[in-house]
Amino acid sequence: MAPDPSSPYVLELDHVSKFFGTVIALKDVTLRLRRGEVHCLLGDNGAGKSTLIKILAGVHPPSLGTYRVDAEPVAFASPRDALDRGIATVYQDLALVPLMSVARNFFLGREPTRTYGGIFRVFDRRLAAKVASEKLADLGILVRDADQAVGTLSGGERQCLAIARAIHFGARVLILDEPTAALGVKQSANVLRIVARARDQGISVIFITHNVHHAYPVGDTFTLLDRGRSMGSFQKSEISRDEVLTMMAGGQEMQHLMSELGSGDDRGT
Amino acid sequence: MGRPEATAIAGTALVFAIFWVTAGDSGMFALDGVMNWLVVSGYLGILAVGACLLMIAGEFDLSIGSMIGFTGMVAAIPPLHFGWPVWLSMVVALACALGLGFVNGQLVVRTGLPSFIVTLAFLFILRGLTLAFSIIVADRTIVSGIGDLAEHDPIARFLFSGTFGDGWFGWMARHGWIRALDDGTPLVRGIPKVLIWWAVLAAACSFQLTRTRFGNWIFAVGGDAGAAKNVGVPVKRVKVSIFMFTALCGWLFAMLQICDIGSAAADRGLQKEFEAVIAAVIGGSLLTGGYGSVIGACFGALIFGVVQIGITYTNLNSDWFRVFLGLMLLSAVLFNNQVRRRLTQTR
Repeated sequence: MAPDPSSPYVLELDHVSKFFGTVIALKDVTLRLRRGEVHCLLGDNGAGKSTLIKILAGVHPPSLGTYRVDAEPVAFASPRDALDRGIATVYQDLALVPLMSVARNFFLGREPTRTYGGIFRVFDRRLAAKVASEKLADLGILVRDADQAVGTLSGGERQCLAIARAIHFGARVLILDEPTAALGVKQSANVLRIVARARDQGISVIFITHNVHHAYPVGDTFTLLDRGRSMGSFQKSEISRDEVLTMMAGGQEMQHLMSELGSGDDRGT
Repeated sequence: MGRPEATAIAGTALVFAIFWVTAGDSGMFALDGVMNWLVVSGYLGILAVGACLLMIAGEFDLSIGSMIGFTGMVAAIPPLHFGWPVWLSMVVALACALGLGFVNGQLVVRTGLPSFIVTLAFLFILRGLTLAFSIIVADRTIVSGIGDLAEHDPIARFLFSGTFGDGWFGWMARHGWIRALDDGTPLVRGIPKVLIWWAVLAAACSFQLTRTRFGNWIFAVGGDAGAAKNVGVPVKRVKVSIFMFTALCGWLFAMLQICDIGSAAADRGLQKEFEAVIAAVIGGSLLTGGYGSVIGACFGALIFGVVQIGITYTNLNSDWFRVFLGLMLLSAVLFNNQVRRRLTQTR
């Protein structure tokens, strides 16, 4: 089947399972990513989020079920194949080199070159600095100097740099692996703002997190995973933040804990 | 302080100031004195360029000193004992050096072992091979006469023997601008070839490192090999090629040395691997990789030559050279550590 760009879904996983030997990492998961939406994938540790990312990113093929891009079934042999279809994954380690400048990191592995003195092909530093600054500015991040080392950026700024880089190099679909996990409240808010801005530019986003409070404000659709199974996908209009929290693996435990601690307070007063 | 070579330049200025005060009238800064310490700096500089690129790529090569002895012998014995043309044995020596660099590099990138230990093994293997090989083939550990043969080999003479710009220096001597001997020939006949090689190598490598795409990859594989791999940089290829280049620097050192001294010896290049690392570190390269400068390493080598030779122009016992060098190294490492902290800390 040929790709169908008019399909409402850019990515689809249809009844996908993944087994590692006898271990069932994912069982019969269906996930549909609409064009231009932020689709939050929620689940506790061990729910199968990492396996799902790796299938989407082309690292693992699914054991059962179909993976479709633009309604066309695909079998990615490597992450490179996924990247060629515009599916970019930003992992938690971000693939940034702290000692190198913002501009050099932005173009690492894909350096723009120009001819110097008619003979030598050189790295076009001026263009790199200009493009990197512009692309970051498009996402609302102002770097003081594109020549400053990435090590001097905050965690949120680094995350945004990695996202801006993926978008610049042709990502239509961004898969963000726990982008707010290691960040403080303010930094997380910045990253969420970037996610929303990327969506406004027409990019579809899969946002993996275990933090409902980060997912709910930016998410359009929520898919909940629990021990390798999907508990369903919900539009934002269909479900409240508290319902998401309750459905999440560990949600009940948190509510029990809250009521326990709450009753402790009652005793105190 | 924003550039890696800034400290080395400041250190060079300090060292020059010290010797200007203590040995300014000793002839150290006359043309022949200058050539004395520049040649020492030039030899080390060639090694330091290779060592610094390798350090920036996150690796070490401790076998480079043994490489000097080994390639020197490989180049010197066949012309003297089997009548080979000098250029051919030099090409064979180059092939050996590149091959060994390749093996070193492959062992490091394939096993993931620290290059420190892999190349330490080669430090001993190569030194031992050089001794055994020269005893078996030539029945001695010093072979003389290669300098004369090289003089008569057009390629070897053009590339490595003697000096450059002799006509120009003779002209300057005739005009009384530089000191001449009684028969009118200048005291310094020209620029030693080693200095030409050092300048060309340093300029080419500095350009490669700071201005090209490959240079960007060198920084990346040393700064974070995992990140570099994830964005598509061929990490293994970059590292192996720098190992080969470092071995080439050792070969170049050896070729210049056998043509200059006229003999090859199995113990040549002893401890040069450490001196090259010291020059690179004084030049601002981080031991952990990902940061450094070729120009800085050249200034590190310059400091080395000035202090080592300059001290003989003073009243100081030359044993103090090592003390001074150790102190330079220590202060450079402490300073580099600060730089690293500044670059990796969120502002």
